[in-house]
Amino acid sequence: MIYLELILGFLRVGCFSFGGAYGAIPLIRDVVLSYGWLTDETMTYMIAVAESTPGPIMVNLATYVGSSQAGFWGAVLATLSVVLPSFFVILLVMIALKTLLKNKYAQAVLRGLKPCVIGIILATGVYMIINNCIPFASDASVNFQAVSITAILVVVLFGSKIIFKKKLSPIMLIIIAAYLGIVVYGI
Amino acid sequence: MSILRDLFLTFAQIGLFTFGGGYAMIAMIENKCVKQKNWISHDDMMNVTVIAESTPGPIAINCATFVGFKQAGFLGSLVATLGIVFPSFVIIFVISMFLDYFLEITWISNAFHGIKIAVGILILDASLTMVKKMKRKILPFIIMTCSFVVMLLVNIFSWNISSICLMSIAAIVSLFIFVIMGAPE
Repeated sequence: MIYLELILGFLRVGCFSFGGAYGAIPLIRDVVLSYGWLTDETMTYMIAVAESTPGPIMVNLATYVGSSQAGFWGAVLATLSVVLPSFFVILLVMIALKTLLKNKYAQAVLRGLKPCVIGIILATGVYMIINNCIPFASDASVNFQAVSITAILVVVLFGSKIIFKKKLSPIMLIIIAAYLGIVVYGI
Repeated sequence: MSILRDLFLTFAQIGLFTFGGGYAMIAMIENKCVKQKNWISHDDMMNVTVIAESTPGPIAINCATFVGFKQAGFLGSLVATLGIVFPSFVIIFVISMFLDYFLEITWISNAFHGIKIAVGILILDASLTMVKKMKRKILPFIIMTCSFVVMLLVNIFSWNISSICLMSIAAIVSLFIFVIMGAPE
């Protein structure tokens, strides 16, 4: 039953995604790939689309996955499921949880969770970059087009940070990457 | 009745005009709800940000729920939350109907090959920023390094360990160390 799977899958995402949008991406990949809803490839495209459209990335991804799997109602259910846990958590906080979060044991749990989440996000980023340059799934030979685009993007991103003292916005980087893709893969 | 409509429209506007996820939204919510509408105080806004960071879920949703509840109770929180989700829901739903069709066009699919690479770099960049902000202590760095290594191996060799499992282990280890050794400083 796809509706039930969508609800359970995205409730899981909503319940366990600490640390904002980037914290949720590894978790959503986990859920989406384990149910086989999207391929790794489409998933990555959708992260880019979610980045370049307004709204919380998590919500955008839930809407897309739901819609692609079960149409309009799939989209509605997936979106509600990803939102529901944080909705109720905040209601609880308003009532009682504020003191609970200050509890020393709860603090200890959070102290462990935060660095773990950062490690997971780091690993996801590193894996995606390596997998683009040397695809594990196929023959594991170096993809020189991807390597050159990666190199240019890294130089652009960190170069702009050093020269202009300002971070390039994610949307700008995605637009530059799109142009590079058209040029490099087009030749 | 009008406060509910106001909440919905204000948060729909925030949802429509903030790109780049949670933290960009907090700035926008602060601007609208604290400075323009006087719905909550700056201190409240800071508090809810901290709570949002230590509870699961999209940060923007947490903030919307909080402000809505303060203004008009349960119904208010419901309306504000739906408001912030509504614009992106419509946009993504429309995109989802056309994405496959677009990807069949060669130059668009080439563009997406490039975009795919940018996504990896963006995630790496975001996580490096988080690493920089971490407290300079041994235990968090050990936990981070372990989860990094395990998660990388899980991805490369397609092991069947979920990130939720890793997070549970980290939470238990941290709790265990706290019980034995007490709080750090």
